[in-house]
Amino acid sequence: MGNFEQKLEKFLEIFIDQNGYVKVLEGLKNTLIIAVLGLIIGILIGTLIATVRVIPKYKVLPRILNGFCSFYVGMFRGTPMVVQLLVFYYVMLPIMGVHMPSVQVAILVFGLNSGAYISEIMRSGILSVDGGQMEAGRAVGLSFGTTMIKIVIPQAVKNILPTLGNEFIALIKETSVVSFIGAADLYVAFNLIGSNSYEFMVPYLVMAVIYIILVLLISLGIKIMERSLRKSDRRN
Amino acid sequence: MIDVINLEKKFGDNNVLNGISIKIEKGDIVCVIGPSGSGKSTFLRCLNCMEDPTGGQIIFNGVDIADQKVDINIHRRNMGMVFQHFNLFNNKTVIENIMLAPIHVQCQDLKKAKKTNRLTKITNIFRKDKKELIPITTNKAEIQEKAKKQAISLLERIGLADKADVYPSTLSGGQKQRVAIVRSLAMNPDVILFDEPTSALDPEMVGEVLDLMKSLAREGMTMIIVTHEMGFAKEVANKVIFIDEGQILESASPDEFFNNPKNPRLKEFLSKVL
Ligand SMILES: Nc1ncnc2c1ncn2[C@@H]1O[C@H](COP(=O)(O)OP(=O)(O)OP(=O)(O)O)[C@@H](O)[C@H]1O
Ligand SMILES: [Mg+2]
Repeated sequence: MGNFEQKLEKFLEIFIDQNGYVKVLEGLKNTLIIAVLGLIIGILIGTLIATVRVIPKYKVLPRILNGFCSFYVGMFRGTPMVVQLLVFYYVMLPIMGVHMPSVQVAILVFGLNSGAYISEIMRSGILSVDGGQMEAGRAVGLSFGTTMIKIVIPQAVKNILPTLGNEFIALIKETSVVSFIGAADLYVAFNLIGSNSYEFMVPYLVMAVIYIILVLLISLGIKIMERSLRKSDRRN
Repeated sequence: MIDVINLEKKFGDNNVLNGISIKIEKGDIVCVIGPSGSGKSTFLRCLNCMEDPTGGQIIFNGVDIADQKVDINIHRRNMGMVFQHFNLFNNKTVIENIMLAPIHVQCQDLKKAKKTNRLTKITNIFRKDKKELIPITTNKAEIQEKAKKQAISLLERIGLADKADVYPSTLSGGQKQRVAIVRSLAMNPDVILFDEPTSALDPEMVGEVLDLMKSLAREGMTMIIVTHEMGFAKEVANKVIFIDEGQILESASPDEFFNNPKNPRLKEFLSKVL
């Protein structure tokens, strides 16, 4: 154990005395930004796709849109996140002649990717809402879109909140691959500390602990949200 | 007010409605009776195009709403509907359930009028004889205020003013259905369609819902009611129709209908249910 104490000492020296924690905070910030903004973009895209997929399909336009959405979802669910990051950063953007900081690219790709997954979650959420809700909305003269936004989707979101929470946790964990395109996340920060001291045991251990704490905090947040949303279900 | 001409509805190869024609005047109370699966719900749901008719016409206030090109949402505002399973909006409180549609459609109209006016103002620059603007006499706050007042008075009418801020899941079936009825009243519709409004209720709650419907009838509301409550039909309807296999087999005053039925199938049906 003497060995471990030595390692811990070394880590603390770099982490605190040599301001390694600044890198870690920056990494943490990037990790959270990518996951949170990715989730928000994903929810927007996912809700849009899910809505398109539940529109009755006897007209041409909904069919075309639906085909496009299936293609999109298939593409993003059919390839690993790392591949999507690399293709966007090293293939698509250069071809389009766009230069973008790697954190922004990561946000975009995480948003597009989680949009594909969330669309499936959201669709099952929408289908779990009693069809009578849509009928009642239409019967008082609201349009399909208005009824969807005001009545169906809020209920769908409530039903899928735990699953959405899991998606958020998955996103947090997946951010550890953004270093492939040079974005500085938690992993990059701890890796840096490790290579400065030629000692990886403690840095990676601390990194794992930080990830676990993040995930636990998010789980707690979801529980609290669920409880407050359940108000409308409560019986006397 | 509603003129149904040769209405047809097919689900795939299944001919559910085979040419239904009926004229409904303002203030009419029409009860629709028939065996299970005969197409009563489908008939009612075609009237406000919840199901798109596959043939025939529905002339409502002079417009054929069976025509897919008309904006059905505008016409549905004037046609309330009450469902067997209430279908109150679960994510809205009782009073929000009642106010939602009136506020939304009026605010939408207001927005549209403002947009039109803006366009008129700009194009008027280039016009010799200026086009008139649509007078705008209200605003969002006023619309909300009015809708709230109306919702409260509707809740007072059904004795549920104290439930204004609870969610529907806390209400009894009878209370839910009465809220659903005043929700459709809040749009000041010309007609209300009822699809077996008391079938999902415990027996002791049927009375309160029927009483509310009777009071609407006394006020002259036009109603089309699919029901198995023969006593109610006898008492309230001024016309009863019998639908079987997607056709109207008999249409008569309640007295004629129940005491002197002509159609053999209606005779058989009545002998079973009465
Ligand atoms: N959305 C639908 N798709 C396919 N078939 C349908 C649909 N709705 C109704 N039908 C069919 O239409 C027929 C008539 O149904 P409808 O619900 O109108 O009967 P009903 O007279 O209201 O019966 P009940 O008294 O049981 O409510 C049934 O055979 C039913 O299977
Ligand atoms: Mg029915």
